[in-house]
Amino acid sequence: MGGDNKYLGYLYVAPYVAGLLLFTAFPFAASFYLSFTDYDLLSTPRWTGLDNYHKLFTRDRTFDKSLKVTLLYVFMTVPIKLAFALLIAVILNYRLKAINFFRTAYYVPSILGGSIAIAVLWRYIFAQSGLVNMIIGLVGLEPINWFGDPQNALITITLLRCWQFGSAMVIFLAALQSVDKSLYEAASIDGANQWHLFRYITLPLITPVIFFNLIMQTVQAFQEFNGPYIITEGGPLKSTYLLPLYIYEKAFKSFDMGYASAIAWVLFAIIMILTLAAFWSSKKWVYYAGDKRS
Amino acid sequence: MTASFDLNPQKLLATSEPATAMEIKLRRRSRISSAMRYSVLLIFGLIMLYPLIWLIGASFKTNSEIFASPSFWPKDPTLSGYIKGWETSTPYTFGRFFWNTFLIITPKVIGTAISCTLVAYGFARFDFPGKRILFMTVIATLLLPNVVTRIPQYLLFRDIGWLDSFLPLWVPSAVAGDAFFVFMLIQFLRAIPRDMEEAARVDGANTLQTLIYIVVPMLMPAIVSVCLFQFMWTMNDFLGPLIYLSSIDKYPVSLALKLSIDTTEAFDWNQILAMSVLALAPSLTVFFIAQKYFIEGISTGGVKG
Repeated sequence: MGGDNKYLGYLYVAPYVAGLLLFTAFPFAASFYLSFTDYDLLSTPRWTGLDNYHKLFTRDRTFDKSLKVTLLYVFMTVPIKLAFALLIAVILNYRLKAINFFRTAYYVPSILGGSIAIAVLWRYIFAQSGLVNMIIGLVGLEPINWFGDPQNALITITLLRCWQFGSAMVIFLAALQSVDKSLYEAASIDGANQWHLFRYITLPLITPVIFFNLIMQTVQAFQEFNGPYIITEGGPLKSTYLLPLYIYEKAFKSFDMGYASAIAWVLFAIIMILTLAAFWSSKKWVYYAGDKRS
Repeated sequence: MTASFDLNPQKLLATSEPATAMEIKLRRRSRISSAMRYSVLLIFGLIMLYPLIWLIGASFKTNSEIFASPSFWPKDPTLSGYIKGWETSTPYTFGRFFWNTFLIITPKVIGTAISCTLVAYGFARFDFPGKRILFMTVIATLLLPNVVTRIPQYLLFRDIGWLDSFLPLWVPSAVAGDAFFVFMLIQFLRAIPRDMEEAARVDGANTLQTLIYIVVPMLMPAIVSVCLFQFMWTMNDFLGPLIYLSSIDKYPVSLALKLSIDTTEAFDWNQILAMSVLALAPSLTVFFIAQKYFIEGISTGGVKG
């Protein structure tokens, strides 16, 4: 505020600065350092240069498998989840009377979905004689071996996370509701049909929100831990052994802190590269109001 | 009025005889498509919520019935899942684990609300050297995957002797460690006009008094939603307690559930399902209560603003 001491603001942000240094900046730097060491918690970290990274990329077949599974999981989950969230938000946006009821109903899985209880539930409904196979049986199809077959196990986790499309949907819905209705009227008079309205008016106007959801969901998906830890325990044949699970087991089961940090940094680098690529490409497809382009 | 009437020949056409028939057709078509939308939404909604409905029903089933029919309705309802599940195979009941969850959540939520409000106020209402860079770190932290900081955080808490206590779960949040909330409150604060605050300052209030008596009441709906989200996230948090807590008497509900999967005998499914229902109950309750609060918060905010 004008007239105040120009350092007064520091007083208020001081807790944040302390937390940033202690719990974010220092651990961030420390984990980079640790990734070049051999550290088993018993002795002091021993500098080993690029050994960890060299081993990761040349001799660690578990890492290869885990990386592939992680990328497959992210590229499967994020687009399906966002497409679904957008589709339902668009349907809800047609001034339906029960919009609040449906919005709540669809949002509930997102609120609960991170809970261990839901992961437990997933174990039961995808079991060999569980709910999903019973319903499949009613339709007259063969039961699916969800957890025994490496082809299917990852799909159960993808389904769990897609089931939680609600939070992305709520954000999409808010954006859709803020689109200026007069734009639709003007275009309708010019003979545009529903698809044209969506494709050439709605979609460009909500690209900032699509961008936001895309980044947040991708960063989140790369860190998926509860699903594979509880539902499939990484199996079968490591087909759901996502990188966060591998990092956890290396760090807190075999206490190989240096190696686990190296895996964490590879994962971080992948997320960073994808995020930066998204930011870079956003200049081409994200529309910001007040932009001079047309 | 008349000018715009003249300029719009299509509207004139629309009121003439043949177009009325078309209008009826259009209206009928829109009614059909809205019926379609409702059915799509209803069917999807049912598919989505059925696992939860089934979970509640199955928690009252006998173990032999759980994998016998896809219906959610128990044939011979029993409370044995709840009674036996509550006891657990540990020396403690689930009451203890709920109490632990409560002990983790309460200080964490209060600490988050206070620290994030202070910090957001600092960012939104003051200018100080380095503010831009500091604000950029808020955004960067927002995008930073926790996976890179987790191991050194663990080592730090080990070195200061905080392992197997609630401190590692409380303290980072109490210093505005959840950048998402800081960011959210800053966004809200930017939308609140400063006239009232300036008037209070002219009347001699200092910045802290202004924050407490003017800003916080106006920011209340946003602070409530911060508390709400922190409650849900902490309720669901699994990895934090998993890494930091080792003695069973400190376990929150999330860890206790995992423990009961590992230790309950293979066929006592209804115990695990019953405890899952209880584990979800607080979040569900708070969500439905707060929905109402949100709507009130938005409408009163709208009247005042």
